[in-house]
Amino acid sequence: MTGATRAEYCVIACAEAWRGDGEVLASPMGLIPSLGARLARLTFAPDLLLTDGEAMLVRPDGTPEGWLPYRQHLALVTGGRRHVMMGASQIDRFGNQNISCIGDWERPRRQLLGVRGAPVNTLNNPTSYWIPRHSRRVFVERVDLVCGVGYDRAAGARYHRVPRVVSDLGVFDFATSDRSMRLASLHPGVTVEQVREATGFELAVPEEVPPTREPTARELRLIREVLDPAGTRAGEVAA
Amino acid sequence: MSDKTMTADEVVSRLRSGMTLGIGGWGSRRKPMALVRAVLRSGLTDLTVVSYGGPDVGLLAAAGRIRELVTAFVTLDSIPLEPHYRAARERGAFALREVDEAMFMWGLHAAANRLPFLPVRAGLGSDVMRVNPGLRTVTSPYEDGETFVAMPALRLDAALVHVNRADRSGNGQYLGPDPYFDDLFCAAADTAYLSCERIVDTAELTKAAPPQTLLIKRHTVTGVVEAPNGAHFTSCAPDYGRDEAFQKTYATTPWPEFAARFLAGDEQAYQSAVREGT
Repeated sequence: MTGATRAEYCVIACAEAWRGDGEVLASPMGLIPSLGARLARLTFAPDLLLTDGEAMLVRPDGTPEGWLPYRQHLALVTGGRRHVMMGASQIDRFGNQNISCIGDWERPRRQLLGVRGAPVNTLNNPTSYWIPRHSRRVFVERVDLVCGVGYDRAAGARYHRVPRVVSDLGVFDFATSDRSMRLASLHPGVTVEQVREATGFELAVPEEVPPTREPTARELRLIREVLDPAGTRAGEVAA
Repeated sequence: MSDKTMTADEVVSRLRSGMTLGIGGWGSRRKPMALVRAVLRSGLTDLTVVSYGGPDVGLLAAAGRIRELVTAFVTLDSIPLEPHYRAARERGAFALREVDEAMFMWGLHAAANRLPFLPVRAGLGSDVMRVNPGLRTVTSPYEDGETFVAMPALRLDAALVHVNRADRSGNGQYLGPDPYFDDLFCAAADTAYLSCERIVDTAELTKAAPPQTLLIKRHTVTGVVEAPNGAHFTSCAPDYGRDEAFQKTYATTPWPEFAARFLAGDEQAYQSAVREGT
């Protein structure tokens, strides 16, 4: 097996978000988080539940095992037995996330999706984020509209947790005294300086930053031969 | 039992400008598009539209019929951003009440249960509170003392929904994997109009399908419209999937050109224009 690509490290970093979660629904948004959730389910997190993106709960090979229409999905969110990985058009140093619009909400410069389920997700079940292109346009000092709630605005809400942010450069968490974002690991080939350059706020950086872990030979085989034989992951993260 | 069948144009003749209109489906899935097209043919305007938004919102926004929109998102699913909705928002064409997906659902539940609001653990800490200054909170009267958003009832003057089958008295059946929130829209509305792929005899509804497919009950329905291909170009599983090629045409054609080509005539003209190719 040849060395892992950047996209494959990203799949591993996303999969790791669900480690130890037990029998909960993994809700990935985006291609690489979906590969990560299915990889986790096939390896170290066998109890995870997965959906087909519509109304069915499915095994990794697509066999239906349950029914989860939107109304039940929304109820499952508030029951807390779920860990979602959402996208973010903007995210700030406390993990506030925006997917609604850019500019002034009253009359946006660019209308995006809307708040969707970010407000309910962040107050009810662990919410992680996936950002395929780490840049100062995404990692901003202040988001234009708070959709997903970050640590500085959660006011100790009892079920609020943002376990991790994964980007194409590294993995980030909020394990700091003021719950601001911290660099947790670097994907191989990326430097701290590169991450700082691409981040629009002051990032906590520990003295020793570990590399994102290597995929095992079995994990690489699963990604390449079972989960994504067509190699579509390279379209989300190049190189 | 009364026969509630009518045409889409008769439905529209019972609606008024300025009404609050709930539209069923979800994103670009099982939208009552034939009824929306009938609204577009009419002079109805100044509408408050309540929808998990898809091309229903895009069409009404592009045509300038919306005064206020209540939604959590607007998307075409396979095309994440709805271009006509975006354009309307960016030119400040209407007011927006942007709420979370779960808040929206509890607003419908409150309306269906004749409650003024329901408590929901969503919205606090987010800018949903800033952009909806009318939202209030409520504190649990029990020991926990937690504070919630008091999501106000989303009461509707009229609901428009589309399902696979219905009988003439308004019993509606869905045969796809997801009911979405169509029964709730009907129960939250003073009047509800149900379009369907095919009207069948009541006995036929449960001949080949289990009873839990009977999503919509006739006491919540005012009118029934037979509208084959009536969700086009959104999906209506298992009768048909989304017409991705046509959706792409919709998303990439300038609005005046799209309207002239597909919306100048009646529903029959629309369906033939679609068949003639995109």
